[in-house]
Amino acid sequence: MPQSVEKIKDHLPLFREQEYTDMFKAKREKYECGHPDEKIEEVGEWTKSWDYREKNLAREALSVNPAKACQPLGSTYAAAGFEKTLAFVHGSQGCVAYFRSHLSRHFKEPSTMVSSSMTEDAAVFGGLTNMVDGLANAHALYKPKMIAVSTTCMAEVIGDDLNSFIRTAKEKGSVPADFDVPFAHTPSFVGSHITGYDNMLKGILTNFWENTERAPAEAINIIPGFDGFAVANNREIKRMLDVMGVEYTIVSDVSEVYDTPTDGEFRMYDGGTTLEDTKAALNAKATLSLQEYCTPKTLEYAAGKGQDVASFNYPMGIGATDDFLMKVSEITGKAIPESLAKERGRLVDAMADSMSWLHGKTYAIYGDPDFCLSMTRFLLETGGEPVHVLCTNAPKGWEDKMKALLATSPYGAKTQVWPSKDLWHLRSLLATEPADFIIGSSYAKYLERDLGIPLIRLTFPIFDRHHHHRFPTMGYQGGLRVLVTILDKIFDKMDNDTNIAGVTDYSFDLTR
Amino acid sequence: MSLDYTNDKELHEKLISDVLAEFPEKAAKKRKKHLGVSSTTGECDVKSNVKSVPGVMTVRGCAYAGSKGVVWGPIKDMVHISHGPVGCGQYSWSQRRNYYIGKTGVDSFVTMQFTSDFQERDIVFGGDKKLEKLIDEVEVLFPLNKGISIQSECPIGLIGDDIEAVARKKGKEHNKPVVPVRCEGFRGVSQSLGHHIANDAVRDWVFEKTDSKWEAGPYDVNIIGDYNIGGDAWASRILLEEMGLNVISQWSGDATLSEIERGPKGKLNLIHCYRSMNYICRHMEEKYGVPWMEYNFFGPSQIEASLRAIAKQFDETIQANAEKVIAKYRPLVDAVTEKFRPRLEGKTVMLYVGGLRPRHVVTAYEDLGMEIVGTGYEFAHNDDYQRTQHYVKDGTLVYDDVSGYELEKFIERVRPDLVGSGIKEKYPVQKMGIPFRQMHSWDYSGPYHGYDGFAIFARDMDLAINNPIWSMHKTPWKAA
Repeated sequence: MPQSVEKIKDHLPLFREQEYTDMFKAKREKYECGHPDEKIEEVGEWTKSWDYREKNLAREALSVNPAKACQPLGSTYAAAGFEKTLAFVHGSQGCVAYFRSHLSRHFKEPSTMVSSSMTEDAAVFGGLTNMVDGLANAHALYKPKMIAVSTTCMAEVIGDDLNSFIRTAKEKGSVPADFDVPFAHTPSFVGSHITGYDNMLKGILTNFWENTERAPAEAINIIPGFDGFAVANNREIKRMLDVMGVEYTIVSDVSEVYDTPTDGEFRMYDGGTTLEDTKAALNAKATLSLQEYCTPKTLEYAAGKGQDVASFNYPMGIGATDDFLMKVSEITGKAIPESLAKERGRLVDAMADSMSWLHGKTYAIYGDPDFCLSMTRFLLETGGEPVHVLCTNAPKGWEDKMKALLATSPYGAKTQVWPSKDLWHLRSLLATEPADFIIGSSYAKYLERDLGIPLIRLTFPIFDRHHHHRFPTMGYQGGLRVLVTILDKIFDKMDNDTNIAGVTDYSFDLTR
Repeated sequence: MSLDYTNDKELHEKLISDVLAEFPEKAAKKRKKHLGVSSTTGECDVKSNVKSVPGVMTVRGCAYAGSKGVVWGPIKDMVHISHGPVGCGQYSWSQRRNYYIGKTGVDSFVTMQFTSDFQERDIVFGGDKKLEKLIDEVEVLFPLNKGISIQSECPIGLIGDDIEAVARKKGKEHNKPVVPVRCEGFRGVSQSLGHHIANDAVRDWVFEKTDSKWEAGPYDVNIIGDYNIGGDAWASRILLEEMGLNVISQWSGDATLSEIERGPKGKLNLIHCYRSMNYICRHMEEKYGVPWMEYNFFGPSQIEASLRAIAKQFDETIQANAEKVIAKYRPLVDAVTEKFRPRLEGKTVMLYVGGLRPRHVVTAYEDLGMEIVGTGYEFAHNDDYQRTQHYVKDGTLVYDDVSGYELEKFIERVRPDLVGSGIKEKYPVQKMGIPFRQMHSWDYSGPYHGYDGFAIFARDMDLAINNPIWSMHKTPWKAA
């Protein structure tokens, strides 16, 4: 009997026991009618060939293991960054269950939002009643200060008009007439979660900025963009701006809501950009987006209001952080203090200490468009050589921008850029042209297993490792964290490759 | 072993009226029918399987989740296409822990996300052509797949695509089952209709189109409604095989399409998750004369009773074997109970889950001396609540399709020693300083079925409740 009370075995050791392995074998032989082992072996090898790669890259209709989500994931995330704001998604209810689970699995935190629960009758007659009742119920039960409405593809396909629905709901008294109900149409068949982020943010700013006179002031706005590390990154950005003495508003700040304490109280809302600050953000001198591809419409809107705008591609590493700080300094007139120069020096110091282990290492990188740019840029700074950079949700212009970045460094000379490809493409690419490491999300653990290439988890979603997102990746301090994460993987791999006593132990060095 | 206790009926009735007072009138009227307190004289007669109230934060999912996520997704040698926009397949990708053995991407495909990733042009011009091409591409790149299922997302039914025609055409061309499933998320009121639609698709597109060559034996049984979460079906199978039965198929955890095709050849259908697969059992009974029975493999009391009830359907040899199996595992059960019962005795539990668990796990807790104070289903029907009546004690708080608000208030006021629910509920509950276990994914542990699973279940409930962290959430320098 495999189980014993002294050492209770769960799935991991349990199913390695003889009783179970025998059972699996018998099941396979007697009942499964599978393909012969040789056939599976043969096809398995073929999936790693150049021939397969060509067929795989020729795909036109099928998407396999894409690295992107749909618009309302981004819209609800953007809404969560405002004070006591409840995201309300108009359409089928299953979507909301999925968004909440997805965000909770990454942040290990509550994720609250509601659905208007449209069903078949609403598909025929439209979802007005669902909106009217839904807003009234959400307002009564969850007492938000603002309800931010976006849509699922169901509501988009049948053409529900949020503007008129919300107006009607207010007329019917679902929420007070002056209650803030910004909205955004977020069809999941257009763009990805970063598009939804942009649409919702623009919707929220429009709600507060329209019909208001702008009185230009000195503060600046910072938009973080969709970021799985926002809890720590927003705090890091604020810390840097504080030491510079800059006046600022983080527009959509999820750092508190996705990081509440366990102290006996469940806080459904915590932190977030206050509605007052959101209103006042119209007067900002400039709006800076930390992620260009998360905010094209929002920045255009801000520029249209007379603000200076600038965008970055996820300021991570030396050069990207330099650019960010210098731009902030240029816009605000505040000098970058010596303390930040010292932090920079410490990151350079750390990179210099470790350069011999980083130089010439090869990588495959995937993720959201801005992350890909900054990750690549940082690796180039370490003397790393990206082999593949892949972005499933690459917007127009991203490929050129990525190639221009690669052209700035001899280490980028051999890098191949793959817009609109998925992780099954990446499998073929890495099987034929491998890299030393993969940098991405938890999803690439299947690539790690299939190809034996270690995965470094540095972008959303990270489901199978805990708390990485609680440490920053942006700025010089964040750069240190990224550096250590990469180095740990490099050293662990070396140890794993050299740890058989009497066989491979000659490189098993104590000091490196 | 039966545990004797009753729950605080008055408190629970007050809780219900208190939460309802916070709802707008129309919603309160609707929600009132879904909340109740059980009594031994009546039934758990809450209303169920109707539309969720908009805006209240239902925990429910959709028909797609019920079909792709529950019924079809675990069939390992088929490619399941999430047909429509990218999100549904992305969020459900690898999230139900349907364990299987196979070479993923070569002969097995469970932990992969195949999608037609609809773009605006597909909505405008329809997606049938894309679907045809996509199926051809699947055939080129994944030649060892045994079949394909098309899992419809919301837009498919709204734009008038004819996926059945595509399925027929491509099935013929590639000479393998291509199964269209009309599980658009807006259909029905929860996952439940998705289960039903998925069952019907098995009936119409698998049974009707294939003829399994299996030579039936007298001890052939099917395990139905076990999705092998954390290996549950394996921990069940091992017991059935030990008592001399042949498990000729698993529905659908770690299943191959051949196993599903073989279903009607079984002598008896053993159904664990009644809610999601009773439909196909009824069909197999009517059409092929295969009888079915429910069983419960959570906790030793139910396992023993189930093993005996199953054995009773067969001859004396099997019956004797069942006794041997029970006797064999008795020392393990005794040791587990002896170790954990003193640590868990009298601890109270609130459950909110789906499928069979709101009733099926009750006795497993009671085997450890724990008491169920509240339970409820995400997507049950009336027959589930009837069955629940036999499991719960007087005064138990019963909540159907509970909203986030209601559940939070119930938990806050009852303050049970443990809450068993899902990922969306886990973190709010833990913030309150109350122990929690995910009872969909087994919180990444498991299996929980069978005798091997019971030991893990007991260990996990103990670690959840008795971990030192629960003494730390109060800040010591702050007054209580």
